[in-house]
Amino acid sequence: MRTSLFFASMLIALATAPAAHAAKASPQTPEQRIAALEAHVDALEAELQQVKAAQAATTGSMAPVAATTAPASTQQDEIDSLAATPDDAATASAPQDTTASLAAPADNAGGSGGGANAFNPAISIILNGSYSHHSLDTDAYSRSGFPLVGEGAPSANGFSLGESEVSFAANIDDKLYGQLTLTAESENGEDHGGVEEAFIDTTSLPAGFSLRAGRFYSNIGYLNSHHAHTDSFFDRPLAYQAFLGNQYGDDGLQLRWVAPTSLFLEFGGEAFRGENFPSGGAQHDGIGTRTLFAHVGGDAGSNNEWLAGVSMLKTRAQDAEDGFSGDTTLYIADGTWKWAPQGNFKDGGITLRSEYFLDDRDGTFADPDAPAVTALWNGQRRGAYLEGVYRFNRTWDIGYRYDKLWADDNGPFASAFDPWRHSAELTWRNSEFSLVRLQLSHEKPNAADSDNAVTVQYQTSLGAHGAHKF
Amino acid sequence: MKALIAISALLLGALASNPAQAKLKVFACEPEWGSLLHELAGDKIDVDVGTSALQDVHVIEAKPSLIAKVRSADLVVCTGAQLEIGWLPQLISQSGNAKIASGPGSFMAAAQVKTLEKPTALDRANGDVHPDGNPHIQMDPRRVLIVAQRLDARLAELDPGNAATYQQRLADFQQRWLAAMAKWKAEAAPLKGRKVVVHHISWVYLWDWLGVDQIGALEPKPAVPPTAAHLASLINITKSSDTLAIVRAAYQDPKPADWLSDRTGVPAVTLPFTVGGDAQSKDLFGLFDSTISKLLGASRSGAAK
Repeated sequence: MRTSLFFASMLIALATAPAAHAAKASPQTPEQRIAALEAHVDALEAELQQVKAAQAATTGSMAPVAATTAPASTQQDEIDSLAATPDDAATASAPQDTTASLAAPADNAGGSGGGANAFNPAISIILNGSYSHHSLDTDAYSRSGFPLVGEGAPSANGFSLGESEVSFAANIDDKLYGQLTLTAESENGEDHGGVEEAFIDTTSLPAGFSLRAGRFYSNIGYLNSHHAHTDSFFDRPLAYQAFLGNQYGDDGLQLRWVAPTSLFLEFGGEAFRGENFPSGGAQHDGIGTRTLFAHVGGDAGSNNEWLAGVSMLKTRAQDAEDGFSGDTTLYIADGTWKWAPQGNFKDGGITLRSEYFLDDRDGTFADPDAPAVTALWNGQRRGAYLEGVYRFNRTWDIGYRYDKLWADDNGPFASAFDPWRHSAELTWRNSEFSLVRLQLSHEKPNAADSDNAVTVQYQTSLGAHGAHKF
Repeated sequence: MKALIAISALLLGALASNPAQAKLKVFACEPEWGSLLHELAGDKIDVDVGTSALQDVHVIEAKPSLIAKVRSADLVVCTGAQLEIGWLPQLISQSGNAKIASGPGSFMAAAQVKTLEKPTALDRANGDVHPDGNPHIQMDPRRVLIVAQRLDARLAELDPGNAATYQQRLADFQQRWLAAMAKWKAEAAPLKGRKVVVHHISWVYLWDWLGVDQIGALEPKPAVPPTAAHLASLINITKSSDTLAIVRAAYQDPKPADWLSDRTGVPAVTLPFTVGGDAQSKDLFGLFDSTISKLLGASRSGAAK
């Protein structure tokens, strides 16, 4: 094979020998010599410029730059003609004079033509849909020790529109940035629209501080601040479903500070209205929830990256979705470790992630369906997940996740059984902007039942380029 | 409350430990700009380079170590033209560093020069297109020189105390660079008019400078990984065009180029693409020395057959 290829190339080379291309093989043809002479002339001209520049350099001013640009040098003219004009380089302060003036007017402005739409925000749209089948009747599903809250129920059987969202974002002025994310999803055939996030961020606070106000997802834990379309699995871990109703977002205020250290170190706190689970009833005059979080992260060599954090959410609830009234404190520890050769995660690598939840209740329970039934609710529940995703290349990844919840032995949801689930996923990506995912799971939500589920999901992103968050 | 006190204490400590006469801190997104900063400023500034030649800068993640580096920067020097769109805005917002979000603290190299391949229609059916044109400008030494001049002015603006040094170093760099350019152009004369197949369309500025023709790309659309069918469709044109080489960057998967090379007899060449992409590319000069010599090597090995 190799030798035949070799002979074939020989033949081609011989056959085309008189043609210009073959000239490169022997540097003696006229074209070759002309090219070499041209280059030599260029070299001499450049040398001349250097001598002039060197003379000018002794004066020690900006003159050398000007000196090389002033005379008619073909090389310099060629370079100058490639410079963007001052208009293009909107941020280029003090453009260097002659270089710019010699440049042909370029149209680098990139869509900044006038018009009322010129300041339209960046729009990005996530389209997402799925088909699921559960072996267990989803209406009969119950999770021992953990009532279903928020969006924390298993997916519906059959086709459904997942969380499809449209997001608008832009700088508001020199000090503020704004983002609005609207969602549409169907739940048992009914369409729901909603404001998922609507917040403003400061962009100009000094010393690494930033402030966010509006409706947004809390920065506690790892997954909570991430939109579901960036997840590696179709659904959120059981701990997120049980303790945060899938994801905690509310109306509030966030202050964040990044330390000026070589290790990434971030601290912050939030105050929320306290309307959504695990809160409820907007207690404390509508500042029912407060959080604190700290994250630390860095590199370990050029192949490993890590991020770890601890967070706390404290809320006072009145008639929360699970019937709880009183004080809830939720502690979360999260850790992420990524390995990829040279950090090229998109081309293959491993992501390991785990989060641990401790939910502490001190209050009373009133059954939402029969409010006359009340009981003390004083106890702790825990949950955790561990997931690993192996990325083969840009196109394929495969992942496994183990979920576990530990129920309370006492109180209104006392259970001796602790729910668990195994999930496995396989994802195919056509590009950075589209994927199809297959997920299989085996779950034991209570002592009597088990559920085997299969889900096929598509997820796409169009419009403005999304962020590659860690 | 305790945490708030702790935060305040940390903040005070951080402020107190800041030396009065601190060097300008610069974050360079790519190694070529790190190298250029070294040429222009030497040890007058502290430079952190965010990525390496063995990474695909299109798909970097906003990882914690990068947030920390951007947090303390006075200036970020990046390619721009949406090359870093997936991660730089994220780094800037996560770092909470107002200095580099816009204005003098933000320097985008591609905005200083005329870009090529600016699409007339923006449609992702054509792959991951960049509205501001092809961002990989570092492979054209002429454009690198323009960037050097503009970047030098920016350094002088931000750090007037060292302006004279910056000016002097620019003059010195310019001399050496022009001489090197003439040398490279002369050496590369045999490459003029030759045809190449590339992995990703990251070389357009090099071809523009050297007068080389690109006749195909292994990626069917920019940023869409090579497929077997698309590679097979390249065999005939690669074979019949007296193709100089199949060119890939140091960070790219070597398999697709090797596959096509095996079937066409055209050598697959790994070019450094940026500083650090091979042993010879220790700085910008080495980058072009190595690039030209590897292309000439392909030319010779092609001729030997």
